[in-house]
Amino acid sequence: MYKYDNYDQQMVDARVEEFRDQTRRRLSGELSEEKFRPLRLMNGLYLQLHAYMLRVAVPYGTLSGAQMKVLGDIADKYDRGYGHFTTRQNIQYNWIKLEEAPDLLADLAKVEMHAIQTSGNCIRNISSDHFAGAAADELVDPRPYAELLRQWSSFHPEFSYLPRKFKIAVIASDTDRAAMRLHDIGIQIVKNEAGEIGAAFYVGGGMGRTPMVAPCINEFVPIDQLVTYSEACLRVYNRHGRRDNKYKARIKILVHEMGKDEYTRQVEEEFAHLLTQGIEPPLAELERIKPYFADPAFKAGLSDEIDRTDPDFALWVDRNTVAHKAPGYVSAVISLKPVGGIPGDASADQIRLMGELATDYSFDECRVTHTQNIVLPHVEKARLKDLFDVLDANGLSSPNLDTIEDIIACPGLDYCTLANARSIPVAQKISERFSGNGKTAELGELKLKISGCINACGHHHAGHIGILGVDRKGVENYQLLLGGSEAEDTSLGKITGPGFDEDGIVDAVEKAADVYIANREDGERFLDTYRRIGMDPFKEAIYG
Amino acid sequence: MKILTGNDLKTGDVTWWDGQGWSRHVNDAVDVGEKADEIAAREEASRNVVGAYAIDAATDENGVRPAHIKERIRALGPTVRPDLTLKPADPEAGNWVI
Ligand code: HEM
Ligand code: SF4
Repeated sequence: MYKYDNYDQQMVDARVEEFRDQTRRRLSGELSEEKFRPLRLMNGLYLQLHAYMLRVAVPYGTLSGAQMKVLGDIADKYDRGYGHFTTRQNIQYNWIKLEEAPDLLADLAKVEMHAIQTSGNCIRNISSDHFAGAAADELVDPRPYAELLRQWSSFHPEFSYLPRKFKIAVIASDTDRAAMRLHDIGIQIVKNEAGEIGAAFYVGGGMGRTPMVAPCINEFVPIDQLVTYSEACLRVYNRHGRRDNKYKARIKILVHEMGKDEYTRQVEEEFAHLLTQGIEPPLAELERIKPYFADPAFKAGLSDEIDRTDPDFALWVDRNTVAHKAPGYVSAVISLKPVGGIPGDASADQIRLMGELATDYSFDECRVTHTQNIVLPHVEKARLKDLFDVLDANGLSSPNLDTIEDIIACPGLDYCTLANARSIPVAQKISERFSGNGKTAELGELKLKISGCINACGHHHAGHIGILGVDRKGVENYQLLLGGSEAEDTSLGKITGPGFDEDGIVDAVEKAADVYIANREDGERFLDTYRRIGMDPFKEAIYG
Repeated sequence: MKILTGNDLKTGDVTWWDGQGWSRHVNDAVDVGEKADEIAAREEASRNVVGAYAIDAATDENGVRPAHIKERIRALGPTVRPDLTLKPADPEAGNWVI
């Protein structure tokens, strides 16, 4: 885990005191809402449907056990006893009081956390692979690179007022578990033929109302030019991004309108110039960061045996654990998707418990996934059953990772001011339907993602099945999309046709699932079958 | 009718103009007619409310009913957490918004 140095801690502490003063001035009337609003947003405090909402940054989704426990305590102390883990690998609290927000931020700062740059047109929290440092297939741990970029982008004066928000993801394996190509910049750490480490840059991806898959603009940037190249990408965007129209302001529109080749040419030109300016931090900084992410002291000689006599446990092992690079270990995924539950929500007790389990079972580390689950990255196989029993006793053992029950859903109209329709009730009905009809297992990997409006916080474009809430004359209506993916085979889903009401969309999803079951060939996932047979058979079944 | 809503500055709670002050209960909301902007400006200036705006509503046998579903959800609370709504004892409370 990265540990703050004195600069980090001083910056965060100073920011808390600054916000305390700003809040005091707002409450006493010295600051109008017009003046205060951008200040609170810079500290992650939104005004949402029911109250103030605070979004806490979790850099690359990694948390220590102690940090997780504090997140649970905050849910009790300042909220209504729960929190919502988001697709940005962050956590949001829905019921924050303005008068208490400075104290909350002070509590966060004590465990090296904050809510800075979780809003506004700046470089947002950097996301990464939730199995970083554990995955059997990774080239290196991507997090030191993400951390370097975090330091570069924190309070970067030139990039504090970009045309629009800016999201970066860093991965280091060919398997993409971070929706890398759907970010403003997606970076894959790679090795070239000479065996040197570098970064492939994918620029101009995104979801929202104009979804785009980022093209690769440079297959190999030497690692000691990572920051300089990122700076060049941002500079060209900052110069030419559309500030006149919020809907055209993201970098994806610039890259699209300018053309990938011209954008790349300008980046290379800026890059050549920047190389003469010596802005790259010395490699020593990267080397200073790396040990924080060094492997924990894995035990040697552990057995890979797992006692599978308990069938519930065996199913959970099959569904919710993932191969680890160290013999005798696995990564265990705690599903926050109980059947009929609210995707991504966890109670204060559950959050604290997960923090304790991280400490006891996983070298004091856990991760937030963009699929709104929690990972214990390094668990001894021999201790899995004990872990499972604790999870099971606390409503955290749903064996449904990557199944149709493992739904991503944004807060939707239950919490979000921008929403057109509710997302959560649809997720609840779908998980209940498929758990009830017993088709979950048969369907295998099927990623279903729901957004309550076109902003796509729930990644609906990238779901094998996607659902988008729209407003039809003041009534909630849901469109169905098929064929999206946010993995290494990234693609954007296509709308099937006219939308449905809440029950209608659940039926439509089941019909689509049945078309897959009827047409699949050996080893095909839903997505593979869709890609092979196309939209028509699905349309026929759904509307026919 | 037109009713006026906003959030409490300190707590963020959803509030409704009841003619004299701000209530947590939509049923206390009164018709503000043409006065919405005037009341909103005055109340925001005195920091009793933040982000006040007028919405359409009607009255029926259950009381005041905002015209748009978004405002009905604001009035009630999240439909997926009946325990946190204005009617925590009623698991079906969410049906009111539809
Ligand atoms: C509840 C308050 C929220 C508000 C007001 C909000 C607002 C927005 C807006 C306006 C966009 C579109 C930006 C654009 O296309 O330029 C967006 C995109 C997005 N948001 Fe949210 N969002 C909220 C909650 C969330 C939550 C809870 C998550 C995670 C579950 C999330 C993750 C994302 C993601 C992944 C995108 C799409 C990726 C992209 O930026 O292109 N947001 N959000
Ligand atoms: S997709 Fe729309 S409804 Fe859902 S959280 Fe984002 S802005 Fe809100």
